[in-house]
Amino acid sequence: MPALPAPGAGTVSAPLLQIEDLHVWFDLDGRGELHAVQGVNLSLEPGERLGLVGESGCGKTTTALAIMGLLPSSASASGRILLEGQDILAGGEEAMRPHRWVDIAIVFQGAMNALNPVRTVGQQIVEALELHNRASGAAARRASGELLESVGIPAGRAARYPHELSGGMRQRSAIAMALACDPKVLIADEPTTALDVMVQAQILELLDGLCKEYGLALILVTHDLPVVSQLCNRCAVMYAGEIVERGPLEAIYHTPGHPYSRMLFAASPDLADIDEPVLSIAGAPPRLDRPIEGCPFRPRCDSAFDACGVRPRLEQLAEDHDAACHLNSRVPA
Amino acid sequence: MSAEPTLLEVEDLVVRYPIHRGLVGSATRQPRRSVHAVEGVSLSLKRGEMLALVGESGCGKTTTAQAVLRLVDPISGSIRFDGRNLVPLGPRELRPLRRRIQVVYQDPYESLDPRFRVRAAVEEPLLIHRLGGSKSERAARVRDALVRVELSPPELYLDRYPHELSGGQRQRVAIAAALVLEPDVLVADEPVSMLDVSVRAGVLNVLDGLRSNGLAILMITHDLSTAARFAQRIAVMYLGRIVEQGPAAAVVRNPQHPYTKALLSVVPRRDPRDRTRPEILQGETPDAVAIPSGCRFHPRCPVAIERCTAEDPALAQPTSAAEGHQAACLLLPSAEH
Repeated sequence: MPALPAPGAGTVSAPLLQIEDLHVWFDLDGRGELHAVQGVNLSLEPGERLGLVGESGCGKTTTALAIMGLLPSSASASGRILLEGQDILAGGEEAMRPHRWVDIAIVFQGAMNALNPVRTVGQQIVEALELHNRASGAAARRASGELLESVGIPAGRAARYPHELSGGMRQRSAIAMALACDPKVLIADEPTTALDVMVQAQILELLDGLCKEYGLALILVTHDLPVVSQLCNRCAVMYAGEIVERGPLEAIYHTPGHPYSRMLFAASPDLADIDEPVLSIAGAPPRLDRPIEGCPFRPRCDSAFDACGVRPRLEQLAEDHDAACHLNSRVPA
Repeated sequence: MSAEPTLLEVEDLVVRYPIHRGLVGSATRQPRRSVHAVEGVSLSLKRGEMLALVGESGCGKTTTAQAVLRLVDPISGSIRFDGRNLVPLGPRELRPLRRRIQVVYQDPYESLDPRFRVRAAVEEPLLIHRLGGSKSERAARVRDALVRVELSPPELYLDRYPHELSGGQRQRVAIAAALVLEPDVLVADEPVSMLDVSVRAGVLNVLDGLRSNGLAILMITHDLSTAARFAQRIAVMYLGRIVEQGPAAAVVRNPQHPYTKALLSVVPRRDPRDRTRPEILQGETPDAVAIPSGCRFHPRCPVAIERCTAEDPALAQPTSAAEGHQAACLLLPSAEH
């Protein structure tokens, strides 16, 4: 893993994508604001695969949408999103548009919603190519066929409508469309959640192959830690709008620095330990439309102590491994 | 547990859904076709046992469950519940038996009426079945059901609406609404797949507790890790057939059928060092309208031989498996021959 550039270093050594102190608020239409993302810091190197995990409502999809500049109009964001050193958040839609789909692309969970039901999948990819001036006419049709083949769809199926394809094939088409402009970063938001295990394995294999072949950097947004374990090398665990732990997956699994990460793993049943009890994390995440006092995980934590009344900050545990938990700085009694 | 008599016994169940030919199809006398959803499934369930029916979408697991609930009519086969065959029974005769076989569906957001408070949602089955006696007796039953799904104290939940509850709490309410009728069998169709990982185990532990108190549970799931952890027995379905069944630990640790082996190999593991070598089957479950000849798994099978295209294997105990563990594969030397 390359080390973070020193402050003031030139843009050459800047990470591919760097998110600094990202906040997102949703206006609740006169009923206050929901602070969905509360100061997220993340960086992504070329070719890296990062898993962004957490429960529903933890802010992982909102973070992904903010990176794509696709937040709804009721949302407001602050902080910086640097793509190769250039802030694409501050400049608004104008700054974002040249990069969306071109440098950063996204695949959503329900591929059906991402595809236009009245256009064939081939036509939709041709459209994407033409819209971004990548190719036109016969060249675009040829490129569209090649893209579909690269995701495992026989070119002959380019003339099919989305409803004529299975869930797995639709997800492959959505991936092909996301790759149309040869992006550097692919965000996959729960790409396999609605799919069967075997089709899930096919899609994960495809993503793995695409990352290797094209040097794509991947942000995999999911609640499924085992999927992240199989596909990613780094992981960021989100809870109540903030990152509570980030680092290499091996470190987070074997030496977790936050009880939430440990408990999330223990809540996923595993074929290797079928006699082991599966943990349930009692309670629910805090509401994000009111201020949070202390550690947001404290009410559900199995190791909370008196220091947890103060909200912990991300602290470094080892190189490239940070966690926001007072247990890590607790002086043994 | 082995001394327990079998409570539910399904034998040679066949369910097909006819495909409408349409006006043109009928006029041109196209052949009548049907979806062969379930083709000769046999299974049994005892009190205090959870049987997990696993397989991909379209393998017939949900149709099997619906037949057990008598929500679809089988073409042939029998479903014996407590010694009585349910298949020939009409609606009037089924009614008292329906109380005893209840169901919980996947999506607690859809299965609960948003206008009903928890109290009303759990009480409704009693009113429909005209059970539970007086109003105060019904109220006591509702509270008892909530306690059994660990929504306690019940006072905290009785007056809430579904939208005020988390997904896990809603699914517990749905389970309570099934339990209030004191069923003998609970069919749980993907009971946790819509829930957050953090709360899944809570709901599964509730089901496990009910099971150890004598409830028989038929769980439909595509998640082998969950089946392995919570079920006593697993039956793996492929294209309308059970291709392997046995004690959960045996099926997971000593799988016999190539399909089971492939399914197990693609289950992601928690430990990043434990990266699986997935044996990915290409394509998806074939069409249940045109069932392949011979062994129906042969077109996707990594070890199929010529014989597999012609011979349809039956479930039998392979020599490499322990008693009670069966698989349907021609390549497995059978202990019974």
